[in-house]
Amino acid sequence: MKTFGILTFLVLAVGMAVLPLGIGDYGHGVLVGMMSYIVLASAWALFSGPTRYVSLATVAFFGIGAYTVAVLADHLPFGAILVVAGSIGLCVALLVGLATLRLAGIYFVIFSFGLAELVRQLITWFETSVNHTLGRYIFIEVSTAQIYWMLLGLGIITLGLRWWIGNSRLGLAVNAIGDDETVARHAGVNVTGVKLALFAVSSVLITLAGAIQAPRWTYVEPSIVFNPTISFMTLVMALLGGPGRLWGPVAGAVPLYFLFEWIATRFPDQNAIILGLVFVAIVFLVPGGLLSLIDKWRARARAAGEQAHA
Amino acid sequence: MDFKRRGLLAVTAACALALTSVAGMAMAQDRTSVRIGYAVSKTGVNAAGANTTTIPNYELWAKDVEAADGLTLPDGSKLPLEIIAYDDRSATEDLVRSVERLARQDEVDFILAPWGTGFNLAVAPLFARFGYPQLAGTSVVPNIDGLSDRWPNSFWLLGSSEAYAHALVDVLQPAVNSGELNGKVAMISIADGFGIELSAGARDAFEEAGFDLVMDKTYPLGTQDFATLLQEAEASGADIFVAYSYPGDTFAITAQSKLSSYNPKVFHPGVGTNFPIYAPMNDGNVEGVMSLGGIDANSQAIQDYRARHVALLEKEPDSWASPVIYASLQMLQQAIGRKGLDREAVSEELASGTFDTILGSISLEENQLKDMWYIGQWQDGLFVGISPTDKPGAADATIPKPDWN
Amino acid sequence: MFFSTLVIGLVLGGTYALIALGLTIQYGIARIMNLAYGEITIAGAFFVFLLVSSMGLSPLLGLVLVVPLGFALSWLLYGIVFHPLVKRASHAGQLEIDSILVTFGLMFLAQGLFTMFFGSEFAGYSWLQTPVNLLGAKIAAGRVLGLLIAVLIGGGLWLAMQRTRWGVNLRAVANHPEFAPLVGINRNSAARVAFGLGGAIAAAGGAVMSMYQPFTAVDGGFLTMKALVIVIMGGVGNLGGALMAGLMIGVVEAYVSYAIDPGLTLAATYTIFLGVLLWRPKGLFA
Repeated sequence: MKTFGILTFLVLAVGMAVLPLGIGDYGHGVLVGMMSYIVLASAWALFSGPTRYVSLATVAFFGIGAYTVAVLADHLPFGAILVVAGSIGLCVALLVGLATLRLAGIYFVIFSFGLAELVRQLITWFETSVNHTLGRYIFIEVSTAQIYWMLLGLGIITLGLRWWIGNSRLGLAVNAIGDDETVARHAGVNVTGVKLALFAVSSVLITLAGAIQAPRWTYVEPSIVFNPTISFMTLVMALLGGPGRLWGPVAGAVPLYFLFEWIATRFPDQNAIILGLVFVAIVFLVPGGLLSLIDKWRARARAAGEQAHA
Repeated sequence: MDFKRRGLLAVTAACALALTSVAGMAMAQDRTSVRIGYAVSKTGVNAAGANTTTIPNYELWAKDVEAADGLTLPDGSKLPLEIIAYDDRSATEDLVRSVERLARQDEVDFILAPWGTGFNLAVAPLFARFGYPQLAGTSVVPNIDGLSDRWPNSFWLLGSSEAYAHALVDVLQPAVNSGELNGKVAMISIADGFGIELSAGARDAFEEAGFDLVMDKTYPLGTQDFATLLQEAEASGADIFVAYSYPGDTFAITAQSKLSSYNPKVFHPGVGTNFPIYAPMNDGNVEGVMSLGGIDANSQAIQDYRARHVALLEKEPDSWASPVIYASLQMLQQAIGRKGLDREAVSEELASGTFDTILGSISLEENQLKDMWYIGQWQDGLFVGISPTDKPGAADATIPKPDWN
Repeated sequence: MFFSTLVIGLVLGGTYALIALGLTIQYGIARIMNLAYGEITIAGAFFVFLLVSSMGLSPLLGLVLVVPLGFALSWLLYGIVFHPLVKRASHAGQLEIDSILVTFGLMFLAQGLFTMFFGSEFAGYSWLQTPVNLLGAKIAAGRVLGLLIAVLIGGGLWLAMQRTRWGVNLRAVANHPEFAPLVGINRNSAARVAFGLGGAIAAAGGAVMSMYQPFTAVDGGFLTMKALVIVIMGGVGNLGGALMAGLMIGVVEAYVSYAIDPGLTLAATYTIFLGVLLWRPKGLFA
């Protein structure tokens, strides 16, 4: 079963990797957008799924990644910039994590949202008052297909990490925290350490997702890369699929992404209205995430089977 | 390696060119319309700006073309427009993808520019790569070396920050020299690309002219209250107040200034001053307020344009970017009329030709529109152009500004 | 300059406080994290704008009319949308996530509807722009009125909460939701009323705001965020706290802008906010 899972995963990865070959520029753009949200939602769920912390800081790290690229574009090769961006993301995540992971519930939600705004304000202030510039140009020659492949690699790493965590001792500890923190603490789990580690890993992945995509925009300013919609989209996608499952965020990201894309092109004027209705519909129709429906069906099928037996 | 790759590229490009030209010829025979696409911010934070300037003019132009039975091609035949419009939701990634879709999926003949400086920059490489001319009517000229080499098909129609600053200095200089103004300037600017660019240009120009910049502060997006900043500006003793602000801020700054009877001899807030709503929002008491843009109110073409805009959209156009956008569409229309639907030829024509538009007869220099109104002033209920002072149709500046009431 | 900056800050904070009052009631008592809160405010502003600009009525009349409308709208919303969620939720965390998602959707929905009906340009009218001189600061009469209304509503509600049977019930639901039914309080109806009350205040805040400041269809998100910051600082459900925190934020913004750098006003707000969250997560006045 395990080998079968790994094999399927490999086939899927190879399939995704050859996807860009047959399609044009628009197709590449769509793939980048889709893969970006797969990474973001999966990385978000890596921390928020097991710990049940709802984070809206996604765009803070995403923006840090993109902005690092903008600052360093003329000075370092792209690979080195990615390393720097990841390190900055890691430092910020550790700093923030140490300070905040004892907040719970809504306080963490709002804190994480505030964090994104604060980072944006501080960068804006620093750029305007100290550097007297705002808005940076990124002239790095990276094709859309290359960006897609990098994101695909990042996505594979993210899913791999989630799988590994889920199947290791760490996973047990993590799930214990999600169920009841106090109990976990008494059972000898280093609660703070585990939470911090997850938050850091998740943040670095999100930072890299931002950094990889930055060359697509040419011009970057804080209001562009710290767009709070990204945080909300990520959250909704992960929740739609079910953040507790390995494939949940992917199952949420792909259909929602294409739905939004379809709405934007077919009903540009009613975009916001339909988007809003979709959100409400998700909560009322698939509250446990899409993948939980499979369980339900299975259970129903089993129940039906048992009934047939009896 | 590099040589080989280049060779391969050249072959591919040649093949692609051959293919597209064959396809183009095939299309030309049985084509029933000209497809025009655009992606602008219909929703999100940029929507207020895009819906005031960009979208109404795109719609007005489409109606005007329709009323003329379509676009005229070089052979005299006419084709109707087919418009494809997307919403970028004020997000760069959505905008980039929409433009890719327009170029590659919908295969439109021409793409109209998005709203705003940052967004026009974000898609400039795409327009260049796909070979579409980009007529950026809502973007100041970006401060990039070798702009026209990098993106030869991009046209920047809203002037450069230096040009605005010098046009402002030209208006003020005589009054400073005569002692009417004390030469002190208080300047505030919004902390984003627009505010930074324009204030940087102004800082240099003021220094060059020997003005004394006694206050120079930036404020962040989302600032709601300007009482403290204006209090400080008033206390600075400057006769000249300049703000590079966005519409919401501009309204707030004006309201607060009126309220605290802060009436500097020169009052120059930013974008929004040129909006039609500016006068009624201030009970019409806006005589003498200066800002970016302006129109030649005596021009028959402009009067007709405004009348058509009101008739179709039930609102007046703004007096800065709106007429420029409409004129850019007329340029595109005339270039197509001369060169057909070959985008390369149309781009060349836009760069070198002369066009008859609502702004008069215009031609671009170095892919930029330079003969335009940089500074305007509210006079008798209209926001009229006052600088460049030597531009035909320029009104005389009223300095000092009369009292608010 | 010192006093006039203080006055400017207080007046600014008054508006923040008024808008935050409704949210603190909604979140504190009804336990609904309403991210579409600012949209109710904007709806109130558009309503008054319509009355004034197309019918020529007084904005004050608009304010009077908008309060029951805001109440009714929010009351209905609670019954239709949130009550099923409350019934369904197995634990508080679930309700929190559900309400965040639903109200985020409602926010989009409302913004889309506003844009459809009113366009996305700035809307506004001018009213009561006569300056009032307070300690050297010249403030619009409309704004001073806004401050007064905020203090009146805040004070009145606080009194009602402390002194009336009704207020005691609401407070009981806020503090010990699990015990409230034991003493014969209907939690559902209390939450519904509280949610409606919050909506009424939000709409009133919008009406007041429209009197001195132009607004657009998409301004609601920003208002929600400001209100949220104040609610947390003041302590969830704490009316006096929200009032104080709102005023405080206003004063801090004014002084930072005046004495340090206007570019740091918002950063200062968020720093204080984050600080409060970390060191006094139950609010400054707990």
